[in-house]
Amino acid sequence: MDYVIEMIDITKEFPGIKANDKVNFKLKKQEIHALLGENGAGKSTLMSVLFGLYHADEGSIKVNGKKVEINNPNDANNLNIGMVHQHFKLVHNFTVTENIILGQEDTKRGLLTYSEARKRIKELSERYKLKVDPDAKIEDISVGQQQRVEILKMLYRQAEILIFDEPTASLTPQEIDELMKIMKNLTKEGKSIVLITHKLKEIRQAADRCTILRKGKSINTVVVKDTTNEEMAEMMVGRKVIFELDKTKAKPKETVLHVENLSINAKESVKEVVKNVNFEARRGEILCIAGIEGNGQTELVYGLTGMMPIKQGKIMINGEDISGLSIRKRSLGGLSHIPEDRQKHGLILDFPMEYNLILQSYFSSAFQHRGFMKFDAIRQHAEKLIERFDIRSSRGPVSLARSMSGGNQQKAILGREIDRNNDLLIAVQPTRGLDVGAIEFIHKQLIDQRDQGKAVLLVSLELDEVMNLSDRILVMYEGELVGELDPDKIDEKELGLYMAGSKRGDAS
Amino acid sequence: MKQLWNNVLMRIAKKPSSIQVLSSLLAIVFGMLFGLIVMIIVNPVDAFPGFFTILTGPFQAGLRSFGNMFYRATPIIFTGLSVAFAFRTGLFNIGATGQFTIGAFIAVYIGVHWGFLGPLHWSVAILFALIGGGLWGALPGILKAYRNVHEVVSSIMLNYVAMYLMILLVKETVFFAHHARSLAIEPSAELPKWGLDILFPGSSINIGIFIAILFVAAVHIILNKTTFGYELQSVGFNKNAAKYAGMNEKRNIVLSMTIAGAIAGAGGAVFFLVGGRYLHVNAVLMQEGFTGIAVALLGLSAPIGVLLAGIFYGFLELGGLFLQGFDFTREIINIIIAVIIYFSALSLFMQKFVASYISKKVKEDIEISEGVDMK
Repeated sequence: MDYVIEMIDITKEFPGIKANDKVNFKLKKQEIHALLGENGAGKSTLMSVLFGLYHADEGSIKVNGKKVEINNPNDANNLNIGMVHQHFKLVHNFTVTENIILGQEDTKRGLLTYSEARKRIKELSERYKLKVDPDAKIEDISVGQQQRVEILKMLYRQAEILIFDEPTASLTPQEIDELMKIMKNLTKEGKSIVLITHKLKEIRQAADRCTILRKGKSINTVVVKDTTNEEMAEMMVGRKVIFELDKTKAKPKETVLHVENLSINAKESVKEVVKNVNFEARRGEILCIAGIEGNGQTELVYGLTGMMPIKQGKIMINGEDISGLSIRKRSLGGLSHIPEDRQKHGLILDFPMEYNLILQSYFSSAFQHRGFMKFDAIRQHAEKLIERFDIRSSRGPVSLARSMSGGNQQKAILGREIDRNNDLLIAVQPTRGLDVGAIEFIHKQLIDQRDQGKAVLLVSLELDEVMNLSDRILVMYEGELVGELDPDKIDEKELGLYMAGSKRGDAS
Repeated sequence: MKQLWNNVLMRIAKKPSSIQVLSSLLAIVFGMLFGLIVMIIVNPVDAFPGFFTILTGPFQAGLRSFGNMFYRATPIIFTGLSVAFAFRTGLFNIGATGQFTIGAFIAVYIGVHWGFLGPLHWSVAILFALIGGGLWGALPGILKAYRNVHEVVSSIMLNYVAMYLMILLVKETVFFAHHARSLAIEPSAELPKWGLDILFPGSSINIGIFIAILFVAAVHIILNKTTFGYELQSVGFNKNAAKYAGMNEKRNIVLSMTIAGAIAGAGGAVFFLVGGRYLHVNAVLMQEGFTGIAVALLGLSAPIGVLLAGIFYGFLELGGLFLQGFDFTREIINIIIAVIIYFSALSLFMQKFVASYISKKVKEDIEISEGVDMK
């Protein structure tokens, strides 16, 4: 059997953790080979070793049957290995052509020439069906198109082996379909593809084979069409996974959050990013704000929680106007908030967990007496939450938040916010970047909150999450609410159309 | 012996903070070794006896030297504490020098003119110096919080403003023109000795060291035991999370800088409320503030660490004094201190080095013991 890439017994150790432990990975020519694993399973480390960003402690790499040393990305480029990073590496005010040739510019007597490059880019984009305007500026084209530019960049450098690192994270369902087609096209034209992902659906859709990593070890390599999703999930997590959420029909009661004509300007700018938004969230329902990243959801939440001033409008919680109140008054007045960026806003990474669990309540009489902290009470509080929310860490309450895994960090935030027992829980992307087990747990907790009669406002970019968890969906597009949908009556495709702005309904 | 060493390493490996302490100690060792190398290059004959003198500084003249060691350490403990406090709350107080200068002038002014205070004289002088230093520290804090001016830039400039202001005010109010310095303070303004001069005969020690220890304890308690300290450190570690939690991050920045300034200001008072010490009207920044940065780094920004590092500084200074008995200049000591600072600034690197060494050792140890078990 011909392999274009063979990675044999790759071991890479970081202080305190074996990120790759004798991992084996073999890529056939012209296949799409998925690399499946939870966060921290070692997928990125393995690919970074292949791309020359890390050097393996042990093991060897063969390209086209020949043993090679890859010490830096230039070596990888010379071996025709290219990587499409999760976060695109593009210069925003350059054109598509300029970005593609960056670093490999043609010159004539020391001056840049574009004609040759433009011709080649055109050829490439036609051959691989990667439609994109070579003269458009990056900032003016969509995320899906930007990704195509990244792919073209690799092809322009004559990459034969393309690594896609979580390529669908910021795409709409339609764009994801497109991408899958593009990848299949690429393999038809002779390229070989590694697809790093933790989404089974994409693997099913596109991949030929799949290697599963768990805790730094390669568990198995399977042929996708002979394997069920359940089997792959089990190999990934190490135990049986329940896909269906156990959720009864919502019984919404009275309104908790009432938002009226709310407009918000972008930070330090006069550009309106939330435009005249009206909605209500009721007790006993999970209301979801869906949308593609950057359509005003972040600012909407900042406006609701007080982290950003609003331009106009009214925000009421349980009938009380909170539009002008400080963050603290809102948090004491019935609002809990699981922030979008758990490391930037949700936690103080250099504090031990027990301190993080009192972030909004350290001043309450439960945790202080005349300005002195009640350490016993703080410890007890932490132990209570650790037990209730199954927060795992190496040293319990005194573990630094920094040392904890993303899932456990998120559980800590979730526990803290739920424990404050407020009527409204705003959860922004609560499962971003988490593994299957943690996602299950967090979803269960959110449903539990709903059933206890809280209003849950979920802001999510993940379609699965939106469809499975919510009782009612509001779609946000360019700062406006463009549709109110019932998750039982629509499918993902239709939701995608709303999210992409090509369909509008009436939002309340 | 080897078993013992490995046991020690195992213990250290369990506690991350001890790795930091170890890396600070290593910085000292490297600094000293480097100093020795310089001494060998400069004067190979006297190098080893000279180095021995540095190591044994305070033991040279018995209790007198010990007293002087504490005496020299005192102002540095203040400035070090000031810088460390700011560090802990996420700010870099490079302006300790300016705050120290302002405190010094206020103390001297009160020391010269407010003799009517009688027995309260010195304590009032310290109090006002503390307030003055605090206000001087508040300035960069306000600029940072409300105008987003980086505190390093503004406080460096304020150091010069403080220096020239002090020269101007000394000339206007407490000038002894004949010697181009400030007038002598009233004896009632001098810090009392409370019998320390009997305990450490012949030394210049006064109760300044007690005041410094008092400040160290106060800062330790504020930072580690109070909600106020919790809030200040929250803002320092992560301004965004502090804001999310509803803390007033702007007010906290101003308060942090004010307290840091107050500590440095009090240090200026304690240093100058001594008979025979005067403010000079040369355009030179006072070095104590900058040495404070080194001491704060070496002390890992912990109040107790600063106390120990400050005393160590006093120890080195004293060694430098005795070094002049040989054919060396005192600057050798400054070089050693500079290298120590250099290594403690590289503390992250040092910590990694120490951590990886320990983890390797501990792992080997486990492997060996497991091997034995299997047999």
